Amino acid sequence: MSAPAATRESRRRLSWSAAGLVLIAVFAIAVPFASPNEGRTTNFDRILEAPTSENMHWFGTDDLGRDLLVRTAEGAQVTLIVALVASLVSLVIGVGYGAIAGYAGGRTDSVMMRVVDTLYAMPFIFFVILLMVVFERNFFLMFVAIGAINWLDMARIVRGQTIALREREFVLAARLNGASGTWILARHIVPNLAGIVVVYLTLTIPQAILVESFLSFLGLGVQEPETSLGTLVSAGADHLESASWLLLIPGGLLAFLLLCFNFAGDRLRDTFDVRESR
Amino acid sequence: MTLLSVRGLTVRHGNAVVVDGVDFDVAPGEALGIVGESGSGKTQTALALLGLTPGSADVSGSIRLDGQELVGATEPVLDAVRATRIAMVFQDPLQALNPYLRIGAQLGHVLEAHGLSTGRETGERVVAMLDAVGLPDPARQVLAWPHELSGGMRQRVMIAAALIAEPAILVADEPTTALDVTVQAQILALLDRLRRDTALLLITHDLGVVAGQCERVLVMDRGRVAETGATRDVFGAPSANATRALLDAVPRLDAPGPAARDAPGLLAAEGLSVRYRARRGKALAAVKSADLELKEGETLAIVGESGSGKSTLARAILGLVSPAAGTVVYAGQALARDLVDRAGTTRRDLQLVFQDPAASLDPQMRVSSIVGEPRAIAGNPATAGEITAALADVGLDTTFLDRYAHQLSGGQAQRVAIARALIARPTVLVCDEAVAALDGTVRTTVLALLREIQARTGLAILFIAHDLAVVRQIAHRVAVMYLGEIVELAPGNELFERPRHPYTRALLDAVPPPPGEAGRPAVLPGEVPSPLSPPPGCVFHPRCRYAEDGCRAEAPARRAAGNSSVACRRAEELDLARGRA
Repeated sequence: MSAPAATRESRRRLSWSAAGLVLIAVFAIAVPFASPNEGRTTNFDRILEAPTSENMHWFGTDDLGRDLLVRTAEGAQVTLIVALVASLVSLVIGVGYGAIAGYAGGRTDSVMMRVVDTLYAMPFIFFVILLMVVFERNFFLMFVAIGAINWLDMARIVRGQTIALREREFVLAARLNGASGTWILARHIVPNLAGIVVVYLTLTIPQAILVESFLSFLGLGVQEPETSLGTLVSAGADHLESASWLLLIPGGLLAFLLLCFNFAGDRLRDTFDVRESR
Repeated sequence: MTLLSVRGLTVRHGNAVVVDGVDFDVAPGEALGIVGESGSGKTQTALALLGLTPGSADVSGSIRLDGQELVGATEPVLDAVRATRIAMVFQDPLQALNPYLRIGAQLGHVLEAHGLSTGRETGERVVAMLDAVGLPDPARQVLAWPHELSGGMRQRVMIAAALIAEPAILVADEPTTALDVTVQAQILALLDRLRRDTALLLITHDLGVVAGQCERVLVMDRGRVAETGATRDVFGAPSANATRALLDAVPRLDAPGPAARDAPGLLAAEGLSVRYRARRGKALAAVKSADLELKEGETLAIVGESGSGKSTLARAILGLVSPAAGTVVYAGQALARDLVDRAGTTRRDLQLVFQDPAASLDPQMRVSSIVGEPRAIAGNPATAGEITAALADVGLDTTFLDRYAHQLSGGQAQRVAIARALIARPTVLVCDEAVAALDGTVRTTVLALLREIQARTGLAILFIAHDLAVVRQIAHRVAVMYLGEIVELAPGNELFERPRHPYTRALLDAVPPPPGEAGRPAVLPGEVPSPLSPPPGCVFHPRCRYAEDGCRAEAPARRAAGNSSVACRRAEELDLARGRA
């Protein structure tokens, strides 16, 4: 395959997955306003109703008679927020930590990276359960927990790149002119990390979504009446035989969301690779 | 009778035509040189001959080897032809050898893959071939890994691998460009001796190499054949503009350079030594007690082969590496060893220009920010007018302000790097192989630019280079380094006409004579010893043709004589003014 064709193919897939992500975001934000139903209002007259056009119960209702369309949209909101905030946490801590360790080098680098190794060795689920038990479940802790594992990977990748960049001649040229470590990090190291960080970020977002779904599925994530896609899937699994839409609809949306992020990440990586090699 | 016949060869990458209708023939045993600047399509032509162009390239026209058509041939057909009929030697032997295979296995594979030999016979042929290319102790070296060999030895192995299946034609793409001049002379002599009735297609930008090696030459320019004919005729009476441009850009070793001048000293290294820690607690002495003084407004060149310590010495002067002993004196004051301990103003007074202009510019920054950075760091940001003026000084107009580094050619990028170095108004500019990566014509203009800036601003230049002809053009004085020691320091014209150290003589003799003139580079035998275990006595004695017992016993100190100095016991009795004995 020729290089220009590969780039075109990447761009096409990229725009395809970007369109999918925009669609999901619009769905998550607009539906609760547009629908006459409330996601938290129970209606015991219409429990476990199959998808119908009547009263805009297009996705049906759950075992408490709540409208699944609105609940799915609200769940998608929470999932997206968790994913974005957790990724942001890992971005800020990971890039800062990794760049400083890589640029400082020597003993500082060794100590900082051994801390990362130690955290890496802790069993994550145990860590989260401990957090949840000690501090009770809340949103903030979820971000902390998910961000706390993602930034470790980010820090390692950024450190490796920084070590390579540190020896580049344009950094030497700045040092000769008396540039401080802060200057070099801010002007030369971090901007040149942008490519790999953006790519890695699109790959950690689906990871964060999966972890959130997993925690919610275990009952450690968001609490009723708040919901997330993972919580909805967990609840739907109880009614798999009698009301399969409760599992299939939020599950399908989750799968689609993950697919979009994964595609975007893969293709972004290809695009940056092409640029690097030229 | 023709062996290889190329007609209308065209190579396209997307919309770009990189080779455009090239015709040529090679007779059996003939040596044809292909020369041109980078981007002229000479390497693409070579790759097309072996069917090695990237998959995205579109190759058309005709390549007939012994009447067999190679354009459009299937991979199995090409596989059968490669190595046995046509073989290639690449520029960088480190990249062309598989690092995970012992060299004997790599050579043996060539024979066995083509069913030319098996078992014990393979081993014997490999050893014989390695012996023929001059690898010492070949029976043991078959088990060596590529990284255990020096660059010159690796290139010998590459040549052995290319010739072991006895091809009818050998394609050599810049086979000596990555090598030092003395090693280049060895490899060229080796190619000449070994190929006998093998035809040679030698691709190079170095006209001197072609002139000594090839009967016929083909000049390429922007994908087309600009001129072809007997080497002597083409270089003696060029008819194409491209040929004339190439010839004009060849720096001449015998053209007088600038005369040494008297000026007060500005920057000096006094007894500067640099050591690196090597494995098993050994220390590697990269620079041994170097004394050097750069005068105001002069260009002092430091020349030497790779591993001579010339770059390390420059970096120690700049404070980028910390010396083990000695001091750097600038404007009468001793400077701190480490860059971080030096005052901002003295830092800015000493600026550096690197070899690879693309790597020395931040890919994420625009030219205006790159050039303005030294002033921004100093907390005294340059105005738009000052940046424009700095670019104008290096011959670039305002259209370059918003470009990124990858949008610049090599020469433009190096001009930007020079502008960045000069905007802080330094008094000393250190050029570390600053023109080595540039094409002939571009190199000439950048050298002219440096001279012009020096004449205008009185800048002192410390010019690190391995190319002696370039050095002669620009340097007032020249220091020659070998294995971490300055063995001779003299005014440029004096050093080139009457070298006093045998190593300087050998370096000069290894340079191919200018195109169009008779003569061959003379070979300095042996290799630079490992700096981990330097020879006792004079470091050059194992390779020196004038060495005597005293040289082995005692290291000579560098002694001054007039305005030059030399570290050779026999300097007074030897007359080295005439070379190429």
